[in-house]
Amino acid sequence: MHASYQPPSFEGYVPSSDSAATPALVVIVGAGPVGLCCAIDLALHGVQAIVIDDNNTVSAGSRAICYAKRTLEILDRLGCGDAVVDRGVGWRVGKVFVGDRLAYQFDLLPEDGHRRPAFVNLQQYHLEEALLARLSALGGEVRWKNRCAGVMQDDDGVTLEVESPGGTYRLRADRVIAADGARSTVREAMGLAFPGQVFNDRFLIADVRMTGDFPTERWFWFDPPFHRHQSVLLHRQADDVWRIDFQLGPDANAEDERRPERVLPRLRAMLGSERPFTLEWVSVYTFQCRRLERFVHERVIFAGDAAHQVSPFGARGCNGGIQDADNLCWKLARVIKAESPVSLLASYDHERGQAADENILESTRSTDFITPKSDMSRVFRDSVLALAAQHEFARRLVNSGRLSLPARYRGSALDTQDRDAWDSPLTPGTPLLDAPVTIGGAARWLSAEVGHGFDLLVFGDRIDMLAYRAINGLRCVRVIEPGAVGDGAEGERVIVDTHGLLVRRYGAEPGSAYLIRPDQHVAARWKRGTPADVAVALARACGASSENSIAADHHAQSRAA
Amino acid sequence: MPLTTTPNLARPDEFYQALIEVHAGLDRAQSEALNARLVLLLANHVGDAEVLVQALQAARSSFDSGSET
Ligand SMILES: Cc1cc2nc3c(=O)[nH]c(=O)nc-3n(C[C@H](O)[C@H](O)[C@H](O)COP(=O)(O)OP(=O)(O)OC[C@H]3O[C@@H](n4cnc5c(N)ncnc54)[C@H](O)[C@@H]3O)c2cc1C
Repeated sequence: MHASYQPPSFEGYVPSSDSAATPALVVIVGAGPVGLCCAIDLALHGVQAIVIDDNNTVSAGSRAICYAKRTLEILDRLGCGDAVVDRGVGWRVGKVFVGDRLAYQFDLLPEDGHRRPAFVNLQQYHLEEALLARLSALGGEVRWKNRCAGVMQDDDGVTLEVESPGGTYRLRADRVIAADGARSTVREAMGLAFPGQVFNDRFLIADVRMTGDFPTERWFWFDPPFHRHQSVLLHRQADDVWRIDFQLGPDANAEDERRPERVLPRLRAMLGSERPFTLEWVSVYTFQCRRLERFVHERVIFAGDAAHQVSPFGARGCNGGIQDADNLCWKLARVIKAESPVSLLASYDHERGQAADENILESTRSTDFITPKSDMSRVFRDSVLALAAQHEFARRLVNSGRLSLPARYRGSALDTQDRDAWDSPLTPGTPLLDAPVTIGGAARWLSAEVGHGFDLLVFGDRIDMLAYRAINGLRCVRVIEPGAVGDGAEGERVIVDTHGLLVRRYGAEPGSAYLIRPDQHVAARWKRGTPADVAVALARACGASSENSIAADHHAQSRAA
Repeated sequence: MPLTTTPNLARPDEFYQALIEVHAGLDRAQSEALNARLVLLLANHVGDAEVLVQALQAARSSFDSGSET
């Protein structure tokens, strides 16, 4: 399979009579990146899930390589950001060539003051190994070689039929996360349609090992001299492995194209006959864009590729799936612990459905540009490329993939819409912006200090925090300028805005407050917050019905008084 | 801003002649490519998203009026 990477081979799980009989709170079907992130996140929220996977190893072959900054921040929260970032290669610049000329260049993170780079490239199997190590450190495990073959749902739970090396058994769960990938058995067993668009063009993926002098950037060619009339993408991965992606057109024969006699000449034409390289992996792919109409089906919740599939241009598949996990798990944990009503899960469907639509829209546009579907579409595409050589405006139309940006949830029932005018892009529904800060004299990053629970950032050294701190289920953090002192109250968390970037990025004034959700998205913000505002917004963000939030309002006011 | 469909060209006959002449010597495929580039250049000049959508609709609906098939 791989020339040099040795995937681990895990022992299949043989059920005991216990493991079959004991009902689980949550069963996660699929130990891909999304299922594993869900298992870790739930464990961190105190909910041990059972993970089953039909395979006995990590993702074979060459799949996801690019992880976006937002994903890295989520991995940080899950406790394996360093493992991924240290092993991977960071990048932020993309170059687009037309023929052999540079037509367009983009920088995905043109400012400093963020913990994580715009992107880190790493083979999917390395990501999965890092996630597995983290899960096992948390006491979780995967039941390898356990395949979900059937799903029955009733009012009180879900029964899965599981095929294992010890025979078929029934596994009962309160709730099931279906993270079993694009060909989801759970989806199929439930008879759910997966409508969308299939693209006909075939792409050859060749991973080569070489010590190249290409810079660590994303390079994309339209119509290069070494592969006429098609596109090529070059990406660096860890371990001196480079991903090269050749567009082959719709008529290519997948079997033929995989053969080294076909692949090696293509590579030599591109890399030159002098450069030594070895083939690490070859495969031929076609792409599709699809989604389930709903991600939540009573007690079965779909996440990752099982819920939605995108073309790889823009690196939105795995990134989107990990954001699903980030969005889902705190909600599911609250519902399981009866801290929030079941209806909270509807916001997962709404928010991540929106994100899936955005990912599908962006990646479909990219795919249509890269592989025009009609003669006229090709004429316009080629015209854009021709104009791009001379005219700046046309470079903006060149679409070789719009790379994954964090989703902003619009109009979510959990968020409180802005009442004030802000000079900051952090509208409710947006994930936080990172900044370097100091805590107790030590350098830290904001992204590592908030999230997982609800946090309230309150700006200013003279603001009375007592009434805020009296609100249940909220961690309060005071943000002060360097040199200022907090009011020094016992146990108060104080963040020093060392470089003034927090005040700038958050457009904050003394008295401003930001309510941050467990998934680090802004739930609400106020130029001048009051404890009553915060209590209402918090209740809303926890999924309280409007009646409940009014009750919370009274509660907070009486306590704040 | 609505799409201007009332006369707005400074020198209409001159423009029309230039439009025909710019295609001189091109084959069909090249002419199509030229037209596409022209559309892109003009669209960027207009910029306004609403006007562009109205222009696309006006161009498309001219097929529905029965005068053309
Ligand atoms: C060529 C290519 C390049 C890509 N590049 C990128 C990229 O750069 N960035 C990015 O973000 N995404 C990328 N993707 C997409 C990314 O690989 C997927 O989005 C990601 O793997 C989805 O993760 P998942 O956990 O949802 O599903 P999967 O990774 O498919 O995992 C599903 C798991 O479920 C298991 N399973 C399946 N059926 C059953 C069953 N019945 N019972 C038990 N277990 C089951 C499978 O064995 C598997 O382990 C790329 C994909 C391809 C093909």
